[in-house]
Amino acid sequence: MRLEIKDLHVHYGKIEAIKGISVVVNEGEIVTLIGANGAGKTTTLKTISGLRKVSSGAIIFDGQDISNVPAHERVDLGISQAPEGRGIFPGMTVLENLEMGKFHRKNRKAEMDEDLDKVYTLFPRLKERISQAGGTLSGGEQQMLAIGRALMSRPKVLLLDEPSMGLAPQMIANIFRIITEINKTGVTILLVEQNAQQALQRAHRAYILETGNVVKEAKASDLLNDPAVREAYLGTGAHS
Amino acid sequence: MKIRNYWNLRDWGASVWEGANRTKRVAIALTAIVLVALLPFAGASFLATPIASYDAVLVYPVGIFVLMALGLNIVVGKSGMLDLGYVAFFAIGAYTMALMGTHTGLNTWEIMPFGIAFAMIAGVLLGLPTLRLRGDYLAIVTLGFGEIVRLVVLNSTWSKGPNGIANVPMPPDIGPLKFKLDDQKVFFWVVVIMILLTIWMIRRLSVRRPGRAWEAIRQDEDAAELMGVPTLKYKIWSFTLGAAVGGAAGVLYASKNLFIAPEMFTLNVSILILSCVVFGGIGNIWGVVVGATILGYLPDRIRFISDARMLVFGTVLVVVMNFRPDGLLPRKKREKVIVKKEVVA
Repeated sequence: MRLEIKDLHVHYGKIEAIKGISVVVNEGEIVTLIGANGAGKTTTLKTISGLRKVSSGAIIFDGQDISNVPAHERVDLGISQAPEGRGIFPGMTVLENLEMGKFHRKNRKAEMDEDLDKVYTLFPRLKERISQAGGTLSGGEQQMLAIGRALMSRPKVLLLDEPSMGLAPQMIANIFRIITEINKTGVTILLVEQNAQQALQRAHRAYILETGNVVKEAKASDLLNDPAVREAYLGTGAHS
Repeated sequence: MKIRNYWNLRDWGASVWEGANRTKRVAIALTAIVLVALLPFAGASFLATPIASYDAVLVYPVGIFVLMALGLNIVVGKSGMLDLGYVAFFAIGAYTMALMGTHTGLNTWEIMPFGIAFAMIAGVLLGLPTLRLRGDYLAIVTLGFGEIVRLVVLNSTWSKGPNGIANVPMPPDIGPLKFKLDDQKVFFWVVVIMILLTIWMIRRLSVRRPGRAWEAIRQDEDAAELMGVPTLKYKIWSFTLGAAVGGAAGVLYASKNLFIAPEMFTLNVSILILSCVVFGGIGNIWGVVVGATILGYLPDRIRFISDARMLVFGTVLVVVMNFRPDGLLPRKKREKVIVKKEVVA
């Protein structure tokens, strides 16, 4: 279940947001894309999940070019995204949100209960909030819900867009711990993050994006110790 | 907050309904239907409309408005797409009835499926290219579509242009029930049946996959797509079902009015029906029914003040929307309710 992006270009109107990047995510890995605002991280993720159109280049998943597969069919293939800014359904309850995660699989009651159990084991907090509306959850809980909902479709690759955004440091650590846990169950993860410290600690490999280009690719642990990277993305370690 | 609970008719109604068992529910529904069916006999009461004939008012505007508002609510309320050209489907239904009725000898009931089908086809044709747009852009495109349909019938010879089409046949009698112009009870009952069928359809769809898909699309279209909801398909479905109801309303309207002309299908109608939906409570079937009933009925009820009539009508709209911005019977907004509680606590 290798995910490969080959020389990807993406445009917003006339503006080229992604200027030919290539990324490889091997089965079982956690790969992270880090970079500043406007580097093209979210656009890359949206293009992989199908919300943005590919201008040129290819997205190859499991040996098949999926560049022209509509977003809702990519869920069937095993690509699932927890969108940026959580993107949960605010007016649906926690349970209804999770059920939406299984929308593409019709009439699978037994499977539903099994997967709900898995999500509740990862996020016990969600079970306590089961009949509460999504919009009333705290930021951390909403992020848990977004990730849990994405897991309901039994993804092979999970795309996470800034799971740490707007969360308290303790909650960030918690979320990242769970991301590692999910990865250990065999789910490949592509993680987009501004919190480079946490992302590099958890990921196997990393790509650094700058204004639509990949400027560096390396093992995450190497980047953590790279003086130039520390300078640009990790500050003096005040970030955590 | 407590004072407001007295006004919360929606929750009161819902609690009575949910507290009732099956026989009780059937009893409530039947009583309501019988009461509504008896409305045309209440012409001698305070309900009477001063100038227009009361039973005619019940059919149009009231009944037809309710039907159209329910149809538009599928599009605007259920799946959250702003459609400002809904009158187009009404016009397509009406012109289908008028043209087929004057040329083929088929009767209203035989033409009805054609009217619905043509409206649905128009819905798909308009929906396929435009439903990729969202919000304001979609509103403008649909507005344009409504105008295009009107301008086409205004400028075509087959539609007799601005002269309109006269001598549209009335529906054939159903056994002892006769359709008459001076006594429109039977028309009213037919509209009520069509309204009930529409409500039944919407309620069934709402609790099934289409309903959940529409709800997801309305709340967050991107997220819905990421969950595997084929959003374009469901948006077109919603649009097309709304069109079907509009087309059915058009067929009945033409067959009741006996004469149609392009001037009856202006942007005003689209706006008025949208007002009915918003005024009653966008997304809530019963709110929409109440809203359309009031907005259809009120202008005729206050016709005795002649010139000031539309001023009063407008004032009522403004005042009510100020005090109840979500409409008379708003849909449940769970995300709001609990947030308010938390703020208070």
